[in-house]
Amino acid sequence: MLHLRASSLADTNAIAAALAGLARSGDLIVLAGEMGAGKTAFAKAFGAALGVTEPITSPTFTLVHSYEVGKLTLHHADIYRLSTHNEVADLALAELLEYDGIVLIEWGDVVAGSLGEHLLVQLDPVPDDDDARLVTIGGVGRSWAARWDRVEAALQAFAC
Amino acid sequence: MTADEPLTVTDSTLVLGIETSCDETAAALVMGGYDVVASAVSTQIDLHAQFGGVVPEIASRAHLDLLNPMVARVIVEAGITDDRIDAVACTVGPGLIGALLVGVSAAKALALTWDVPFVGINHMEAHLYAAFLEDPTLEFPMVVLLVSGGHTMLIEMQDHGRYRLLGQTIDDAAGEAFDKVARFLGLDYPGGPAIDREAVHGDPEAINFPRSMLHEGLDFSFSGLKTSVMNYVRKHPDVSTADVAASFQAAVVDVLVTKARRAAEQAGARGLVLGGGVAANSLLRERFLSVCTDAGIQGFLPSRAMCTDNAAMIAAVGWHRLRSDGPTALDAGAYPNLRLQFM
Repeated sequence: MLHLRASSLADTNAIAAALAGLARSGDLIVLAGEMGAGKTAFAKAFGAALGVTEPITSPTFTLVHSYEVGKLTLHHADIYRLSTHNEVADLALAELLEYDGIVLIEWGDVVAGSLGEHLLVQLDPVPDDDDARLVTIGGVGRSWAARWDRVEAALQAFAC
Repeated sequence: MTADEPLTVTDSTLVLGIETSCDETAAALVMGGYDVVASAVSTQIDLHAQFGGVVPEIASRAHLDLLNPMVARVIVEAGITDDRIDAVACTVGPGLIGALLVGVSAAKALALTWDVPFVGINHMEAHLYAAFLEDPTLEFPMVVLLVSGGHTMLIEMQDHGRYRLLGQTIDDAAGEAFDKVARFLGLDYPGGPAIDREAVHGDPEAINFPRSMLHEGLDFSFSGLKTSVMNYVRKHPDVSTADVAASFQAAVVDVLVTKARRAAEQAGARGLVLGGGVAANSLLRERFLSVCTDAGIQGFLPSRAMCTDNAAMIAAVGWHRLRSDGPTALDAGAYPNLRLQFM
């Protein structure tokens, strides 16, 4: 687990961009944190760093938005409205990963137990500082264990 | 009439429309592109209310159960037999894949059975046409402000099939902000009507919530407003919920009408049309019309039934698309991420 502190949205964006630099096809990244914590903002910065040029908007109502960047497709899912009901299987996230995909899944922590290998990014507000966030990052599975040194090195500046 | 020979699209061409892209199962019969002969929408709100939102698997299952009765109902209501139907139009995207497939499969099966053309429709384009069903005299160019749970867009309609995207949300849709703030405040689902009702008892000037990007351009941003409401309530736990609802609603509506007016003026539009589920909001309706009057632009507010998802708008676009582009191949799929084609 990495415990980071982002003092501003720019810091959060830099963390997202650093992780995007280490991400590759087949990765599943779970975005956790309460409403307003900045999950969609994180996804925007992550996508922009991958090279997505169109606006990355909240998939809360539409559930999955997909963006093609070169050979890669970024799938941005949100299971906020499914969190009371375990029917995430309908979104076929595993299938999306198979075709040169990276999946970001907001509120994915609710079903993390059934997701297999993934990176967890937990965003938490800081009392009395509206712009700051505590960012906790943890890898589940071998593929992240193999990259962990690089994850730590890339995010060193934000360690707390 | 068979699917093999080209259909001559006329004022008496009767199109069956089918809509299953999200939480409404709907069917409608529209003649000549404008005349709604029969329309049925089976709102699944009761089913969804207990889950606090749309649950796709449940939506798909409900569409399966409800679609045939909806189609039968409009045929009976229209007092016709199915051999009078000239074409079947159906939403092919954007939407939930499982939900879309129910409608698309049914529509293709009906088109094959009746030996008539099938035409796949973009749900967003259909929203642009909803206003024509109530006022066929609307003149181009016009600007449509489309506000729903999934979308917030300003689109210029220069002619049938000729659109220009003027602005859109860069984060959350306006309807989504209503839903999330309502949930945060402990109000009912759906959040739009709940905030509307609560706001009646509150002071819209009690809290000065941010109007993001009010003075710049035609894009929208509602994510910061949502966060700002949550931060405010956390810091002022005793605040009146009605005041928060009224002040939040005022902030959203301010931005929507200011940008809609700016878009209409920049595009030199003759008319400004409101559409999407949020168009049911009473403050938005009131402010929208007063802005149109101030700007000397013809404003049009479709009825609530026409603003929300329905199949009459699908059948209407179906008629226009058949006339301009002809039928859609039966091997076409459903497209969850379908974008509106802009010029």
